Amino acid sequence: MEQVIMNKSGFPILSALIFLPIAGALLLLLINRTKEALIKWLSLIVSIAAFILSIPLFTNFDKTTHLMQFTEKHKWIPLWNVNYSLGLDGISVLFVLLSTLITILCVLISWDSIKVKAKEFYISILIMEGAMIGVFCSLDFMLFYLFWEAMLIPMYLLIGVWGGPNRIYAAVKFFLYTLVGSVLMLVGIIVLYFHAGQTFNILELMAKAYPYKLQFWLFWAFFAAFAVKVPMFPVHTWLPDAHTEAPTAGSVILAAVLIKMGAYGFLRFSLPLFPEASKAMTPLMLTLSVIAIIYGAVICLAQTDLKRLIAYSSVSHMGFVTLGIFALNVQGMEGGILQMINHGIVTGALFLSVGMIYDRTHTRQIADYGGVASVMPVYAAAFMIFTLASIGLPATNGFIGEFLIILGGFAASQWAGVLAATGIIIGAGYMLWLYQRVFFMETNTKVAGLNDINAREMLALLPLALLIFWIGVYPNAFLGFMHESVRHLLERVNAGSASEINIAKNIMEILK
Amino acid sequence: MTPFVMPDLRPVMPEIIMTIFALVALLADLFLKRKETVGFLSVISVAAVIYALAGSYGTTFNGMFIADGYSLFFKLVFLLNLTLTVLISVKYIAVEKVNFGEYYSLILFSTLGMMIMASAGDLIVLYLGIELMALSTYILAGFIRYDTKSNEAAMKYFLLGAFASAFLLYGIALIYGLTGTTDLHKIGESVNRLIGESKTSSSIHPFTHSPLLLSMIMFAAAFSFKIAAVPFHMWAPDAYEGAPTSITAFMSVGPKAAGFAVIGRVFLTAFGSVKMEWSAILIPVAILTMAAGNIAALSQTNIKRMLAYSSIAHAGYALLGIIAGSADGVASVMNYMLIYAFMNMGAFAVVITLRAEGFKGDNISDYEGLAKTHPAAAALMLVFMFSLTGIPPTAGFMGKFYVFMSAVNAGYTWLVIIAVIFSAISAYFYLRIVMYMYMREPKETVRLTASPSISLALAITAIAVLVIGILPSAFVNFARAAAGF
Repeated sequence: MEQVIMNKSGFPILSALIFLPIAGALLLLLINRTKEALIKWLSLIVSIAAFILSIPLFTNFDKTTHLMQFTEKHKWIPLWNVNYSLGLDGISVLFVLLSTLITILCVLISWDSIKVKAKEFYISILIMEGAMIGVFCSLDFMLFYLFWEAMLIPMYLLIGVWGGPNRIYAAVKFFLYTLVGSVLMLVGIIVLYFHAGQTFNILELMAKAYPYKLQFWLFWAFFAAFAVKVPMFPVHTWLPDAHTEAPTAGSVILAAVLIKMGAYGFLRFSLPLFPEASKAMTPLMLTLSVIAIIYGAVICLAQTDLKRLIAYSSVSHMGFVTLGIFALNVQGMEGGILQMINHGIVTGALFLSVGMIYDRTHTRQIADYGGVASVMPVYAAAFMIFTLASIGLPATNGFIGEFLIILGGFAASQWAGVLAATGIIIGAGYMLWLYQRVFFMETNTKVAGLNDINAREMLALLPLALLIFWIGVYPNAFLGFMHESVRHLLERVNAGSASEINIAKNIMEILK
Repeated sequence: MTPFVMPDLRPVMPEIIMTIFALVALLADLFLKRKETVGFLSVISVAAVIYALAGSYGTTFNGMFIADGYSLFFKLVFLLNLTLTVLISVKYIAVEKVNFGEYYSLILFSTLGMMIMASAGDLIVLYLGIELMALSTYILAGFIRYDTKSNEAAMKYFLLGAFASAFLLYGIALIYGLTGTTDLHKIGESVNRLIGESKTSSSIHPFTHSPLLLSMIMFAAAFSFKIAAVPFHMWAPDAYEGAPTSITAFMSVGPKAAGFAVIGRVFLTAFGSVKMEWSAILIPVAILTMAAGNIAALSQTNIKRMLAYSSIAHAGYALLGIIAGSADGVASVMNYMLIYAFMNMGAFAVVITLRAEGFKGDNISDYEGLAKTHPAAAALMLVFMFSLTGIPPTAGFMGKFYVFMSAVNAGYTWLVIIAVIFSAISAYFYLRIVMYMYMREPKETVRLTASPSISLALAITAIAVLVIGILPSAFVNFARAAAGF
């Protein structure tokens, strides 16, 4: 197939990345549950090994092409023309790296805080890692869907078993929301399969053009899955519950990787497969994005729960991401992708930080804190970095992403650009106010005498802090990955008629 | 007077062997003290029958009995069902204090009935098979004689089953009156001719051809009863709850698969030319079945009842394959039945291990904290629950996927959308079990009744569920080959 660059080294690096953690999980299964230390060390070693294995993706990636790299292809279910087909391009490569990095941090942060069913916990984390990498690497819809759904099982357990007081409600809500969206996408995938001449190969499917009516319905079928995952307004309500109730590692995985998959889905599938429908829906998507940005930010101001506040800030930040993607120009889209990585790093770091202090105080109420800066100065400094990155201060990664998105958004629609910018202002408001209430003011008796973060916790935060400045100061190291792929994607989307389409009229016509 | 010609017995050899073994089991019961030996004997009979199946192919008794790929596949499902049932029964019937040899004999007879159903090329043979299966199962459902619930189950199952048989006979009578034959192929030809005439005369639309339509409705009603499809599902929850758990497992897979075997045979062979008409009957049945099964299951507190409603719902999904009406549709139903046999039997095997002396273990609340007290059993149950929900990488997903795919291909996308929504709803009650096991603290110590045979059944089903979930090719290809590709 001419769209594919063959795997130059010959080593099936992506398969290794997917199955190393899964093999690790199976190994854990055999270990007696009383040997907790061994279980922890083994999962740490496996996750570090997976990260080291993923480094060649960063160093050996060919940035001059939009074609798929590190590809593998094997027959899987010949009857349905399903292949085990993997590959990466500029859009997906960074997410794999993010997944492997975040998993290490999740193992580190859970070291002391997970006391019951530790074995099952680390098995879930490792299976989760394998499935996440699988989602980003799959070039076959069946394989993609397999990983996409299989991911629900460990995540459901992570939230439901090791989560907070209201964990069962949150876990079930998370599962059902995501499942309803996913099964509609499944129907879409099957319809697409038959329409395109019985193939699940994503690259082959992208090479074809589909009638507008079909595009329209399939866009919404896929939207059901991706919008829930992102989550876009108004299907975001599972997220605050899931983020809040999940254990720290679960929140971090959710925030850093899982919700990125929705936006990734839009980029990888919705836009290239249904370009005309996507373009026609742009006004609606931009509106939903702006609502998410402002609504999420305003809700943040009213939160009294630390994790819930950060969860709602995710809704707002993911609004930026979808705004950038549906701006359908280079700046917006690159900003959107970069902002996904940024949000993964920053919000992941924030959840890690909150988890650290929660382990000490066992309260998430903002009112229970105050004056933490005087008892835990190192922690306060780290949290400041993440707060500023979340606000989007220049020299941090948040600035680059949001700046590009607003630039792109402004080009797409002036109103969207202006309104999104107000989201940043409110964002600065709630984050700084949060920082003030937690770290300054009078020292609350509940935090007096707390130990500052230890070396293990510092180790978990350090890589993220470094990345924040790396991307913030020299974003090209990361933007360089996506230039070609984004340019190619936009060419495909904009190839169709560029005329303005009246969306309301459009929907009415379809429904007739 | 024509001289008697011995019919070709080779196609029917598996059934003959099965009959002999069933009778031997009945007799052996008189002499054997250890009833486990009778159980062992029935597993041997499975081996013998499978051996005979390999050599049986063709049509005999003037087309009344057909041994083809289609029947072969279903027979293997029945035999699998039989084997797993015996494996989970051995210890269980001792715990229930009904350790009698005729238990195994009845299971063999019931399976024999199913095998005859799958091979029936004639409505009379079909009726014979159905009755043999049903009568044996009625007795099995009431096998715990001292338990009123078991008696109630048998009684309800019997009374409603008798109604269904009457429907079936009425349907047979009508179609005989219309076509003058009970042979499925000849009926198919007659119906085809009838439809051809009505098209040329244009005055008689098939829908106004009331005897044909009425007969199809009668068949649909009778078969719906067997597969527990709405509105003929009322017996299932009570019968499933009251019957011995091993028999509940047996009933939830065997008669259902046999029901689908005859639905496929009768509707596609005899009524193949009026597909539009019977689709119009089966589509609402399928939708209502999925709806009633999944929604009623949400509020159950007894796991056997919950699995009863779940099995109603699964019949609804499988009906989609029949409605699709294509060869792929039939193959997908066959594949689904095989997968359903594995996952449902596995779930029931876990349910049975919870039954111990003085502890019923069939309430959902009994599963609280199982992951803490018995992590292995909980992990297995987790696999079966996710498979029943249809989450990859389990077999349940592949089964549903194939059915949905064939339905979409046949143009029933809207029906598949309804099915996937109900499938998502079903996640709630399957996950509830997982939630009880993993997310609640154990209230009382549950003692498991483990035995080597149950462990074997659990191992077979769990491995099958995961292997089919990841590598379905071999099974799907087999189903397709059997469906006549």
